[in-house]
Amino acid sequence: MKAVITVIGEDKTGIIYKVSKILYEMNINIEDISQTIMQKYFTMLMLVSIPQDVKISELTEKFSALKEEGLSIQVQKTDIFDSMHKI
Amino acid sequence: MVIYNDVLETIRMLEEKLDIRTITMGISLLDCFSDDYKVTATKIYDKITRYAKDLVKTGEDIESEYGVPIINKRVSVTPIALSAMKNRDQFVHLAHALDSAANEIGVNFIGGYSALVQKGINASEHEFIASIPQALTETSCMCSSVNVGSTKSGINLDAVKMMGHIIKETAYLTREADSIGCAKFVVFANAVEDNPFMAGAFHGVGEGEAVINVGVSGPGTVSSAIANMKGEPIDHICETIKRIAFKITRAGQLVGNEASKRLNVPFGILDLSLAPTPEVGDSVAAILEAMGLEKAGTHGTTAALALLTDAVKKGGIMASSHVGGLSGAFIPVSEDAGMIDSVNCGALSFDKLEAMTSVCSVGLDMIAIAGDTPAETISAIIADEASIGVINNKTTAVRVIPVYGKGVGEVAEFGGLLGYAPIIPLNKYSSADFINRGGRIPAPIHSFKN
Repeated sequence: MKAVITVIGEDKTGIIYKVSKILYEMNINIEDISQTIMQKYFTMLMLVSIPQDVKISELTEKFSALKEEGLSIQVQKTDIFDSMHKI
Repeated sequence: MVIYNDVLETIRMLEEKLDIRTITMGISLLDCFSDDYKVTATKIYDKITRYAKDLVKTGEDIESEYGVPIINKRVSVTPIALSAMKNRDQFVHLAHALDSAANEIGVNFIGGYSALVQKGINASEHEFIASIPQALTETSCMCSSVNVGSTKSGINLDAVKMMGHIIKETAYLTREADSIGCAKFVVFANAVEDNPFMAGAFHGVGEGEAVINVGVSGPGTVSSAIANMKGEPIDHICETIKRIAFKITRAGQLVGNEASKRLNVPFGILDLSLAPTPEVGDSVAAILEAMGLEKAGTHGTTAALALLTDAVKKGGIMASSHVGGLSGAFIPVSEDAGMIDSVNCGALSFDKLEAMTSVCSVGLDMIAIAGDTPAETISAIIADEASIGVINNKTTAVRVIPVYGKGVGEVAEFGGLLGYAPIIPLNKYSSADFINRGGRIPAPIHSFKN
């Protein structure tokens, strides 16, 4: 299952490390990654492929620990973007 | 291939409160009705809890996988008046079965404690209507509706007359909670059979065994987009609304298809209504104000609402394979922070709301009125609103709350999605002799199309 992970938060060291560490632990492969600083906010998009046996809700739960560090992280299956923005 | 900007736009729309307002499972109860009310109640409870047992969990799963909030999970059923029970106590017994089933499966609301009496009322339907106040008082999440008119058959003024008294009685019985029972009861003209929104949802007799209907929302995304378009011609505004409606609808269609697949129930329709909530930034009034009106309710409001409703339909119609329900814009006063402000500052009157309902998707919705309003005046409000629907070939509805013990200038508190409402002044002259004539207003000339 393909999903997009969006990470938005104040720029500081270790964000990519912390996010990708969780992905590694859950056996989730990163297929594409892009990041930029918009105004002072760190914005990163990751296209990942999630194994069949991993639930998105489990992943979201793991990411919720990073909320305390000021990071807002969304995990969404890619179909939603294709549906909304393509005819 | 996912495009960077598309992802960011989606995230922004979600921040601006794009959401799926409801996934509603329609369930036919026609095979549950028997001549024994206890057997009927058991069958109803069993069927609902069997068909919809995974509805809430499925909704939550889809929500977490796509990151799109799904606010409500609901069930609508075949109009209960069709069960032809013998007396009101038996109907109330069925109301309890509906309510227990809804609580068991964890849905927010269950709709379909309804009757369709646009042309006439039989003895059982008479008992059903009389049972509504007690049924609404003794249940927690059950909603009720009555259809009193249609373009094809005219307006049943006898039913309209009864409705005023039913609403007053419901207000009295639920007086401890600002007459909240009335917030769960709506009177329709031209009611649709596949509406996923409450309080008026029911599963029409022309529908199949079970169906998934989805209602989308997201007025905040529309008002934010328009707010950046100061001074631009109105055609550009229409175009922008269409684009946003398209995207919102596509999200709804995706959710509907997923829910239908996972629950193994056919997808019915997508209802394209922009439905507000009391939260700041989730208001239909804010869209009208972003178009350039100082306050919703001032002159120009009807035109702005008309173009909004039309653009939402045009944008959404291509995005979904089956559009239905009410589809347009809702203007429930108590559920829209902008509407409440407009009433409070005197910009929005009852009469203007009535005019607005001729171009929006439903009608006079969630309006608090004085507790001492005569039943005949409430019936006359319903007659006016039904006429707008019947003459214009559209659905109209009335959900007014005569707040027991409160008058103009005071505020009714309903809580949650239902919000709060300042009590709005009405015309003080009597309509009693007109309403008490009873009978039936004939169908309009343009209904004869065969």
